[in-house]
Amino acid sequence: MGLINRPETDVVSYDPKGGDGWVTTRLDFLVNWGRANSLWPMPFGTACCAIEFMASAASQFDLARFGMERMSFSPRQADVLICAGRVPFKLAPVIRRIWQQMLQPKWCISMGACASTGGMFDNYAVVQGIDTIIPVDVYVPGCPPRPEGLIYGIMMLQEKVKRERAADTSLRNEMEPDPTSQLYIPPSAINELSEPFGNSIHQQRSGL
Amino acid sequence: MTTPFTPVVGGSALPSDAPAAATQREVPHRGGPANPSAEALRAKFGGAVLRVDVVWGETTVIVERTRVQEIVRWLHDDASQRYDYLSDLTAVEFRDAEHPIEVVWHLRSIAYRRFLRLKVQLQRGQPYEVPSVWPVFKGADWLERECYDMFGIRFAGHPDLRRILMWEQYKEGFPLRKDFPLRGRFSRAEQLRQALAANPEARYSMEELSIADAFEDLPQEMRNRLRSGEKTGE
Repeated sequence: MGLINRPETDVVSYDPKGGDGWVTTRLDFLVNWGRANSLWPMPFGTACCAIEFMASAASQFDLARFGMERMSFSPRQADVLICAGRVPFKLAPVIRRIWQQMLQPKWCISMGACASTGGMFDNYAVVQGIDTIIPVDVYVPGCPPRPEGLIYGIMMLQEKVKRERAADTSLRNEMEPDPTSQLYIPPSAINELSEPFGNSIHQQRSGL
Repeated sequence: MTTPFTPVVGGSALPSDAPAAATQREVPHRGGPANPSAEALRAKFGGAVLRVDVVWGETTVIVERTRVQEIVRWLHDDASQRYDYLSDLTAVEFRDAEHPIEVVWHLRSIAYRRFLRLKVQLQRGQPYEVPSVWPVFKGADWLERECYDMFGIRFAGHPDLRRILMWEQYKEGFPLRKDFPLRGRFSRAEQLRQALAANPEARYSMEELSIADAFEDLPQEMRNRLRSGEKTGE
């Protein structure tokens, strides 16, 4: 897993130019260490990916090793939303509501091809990637991903958490359908992202 | 609204020396012995039975659109038929200029060990409407709603004909029609906007569960609790 050189996360260096003092960086390190090792997942399983997710949580792969002992079936006590499976348009307001009910700090893992892009379900009923509804931190590819893949994604998320800085307020922007938010995806971008491709270009769509 | 329900006595109606149920072998593609119910339908309803096909040993009876409910009721109630199980209700669209859509009822007589497929051919230019079989089979409720949702076929006499799979405000049409594009009619952004505008709690209410209708059937102890205004844990 050494394809990318990532910054060392175990050590927070003292960097006067960054404006962060030694105390704040140490505090960040402590807080991030705690957060990264006690991520409570909110499972949002809609399809076959949820089966692999359950396997990840079971004894063979044992997510508890990563501090994810407790599945939080209440969004208000969860840290990570793991969306495992396709999300139909009818569920779009539901997952949006669940995301809004989760308290900060919160992260999101999009597990599998369908949750990330709509996958093979390029049709009238399925959301083409949950990042058009809620912000996603880690995408796990696969159809469905094996538990190792999900666990790798979780470890990536842990590294991401460890590199967060309390001084960076942009991390905690709520994703509202507010055009000034940096997480807002304009309709034109959604249309461009879900542009027809492959052998189904004969499908027609009005220009609404 | 509800008709009194008289349960048919269960158990097999076959003679005691009838052969045991077994998988049929060497069934011809076309032809072969038809389900005896088809002949009984011809004798009973005459002109309402338009055609009888036997394909792979299964009998399909094509009937007149307006008399479906009557026919299904007779098949259900008559002691010589006893079709007590509606296993499926759906529609099929063909690229056929005259009869673009067929509505299909799959009926099963457990007592006589028979399977019968009823079909109605809807004509272009006429309203896509067939009588509901809900008064005969309560289980047809959601099947007819699904058929309406996907094909836009109206079932006259259905108590609550709403969309069931797509949300109720869905404006793009009927997804399983041939003229419906796979990705829907609206752009992705518009689809997303309309979906997110929906209230996720609007569809799942106590009305949906219709506990009020079932009130008299509840156990006495539960009725007392509901009368006292106790929360139902909703």
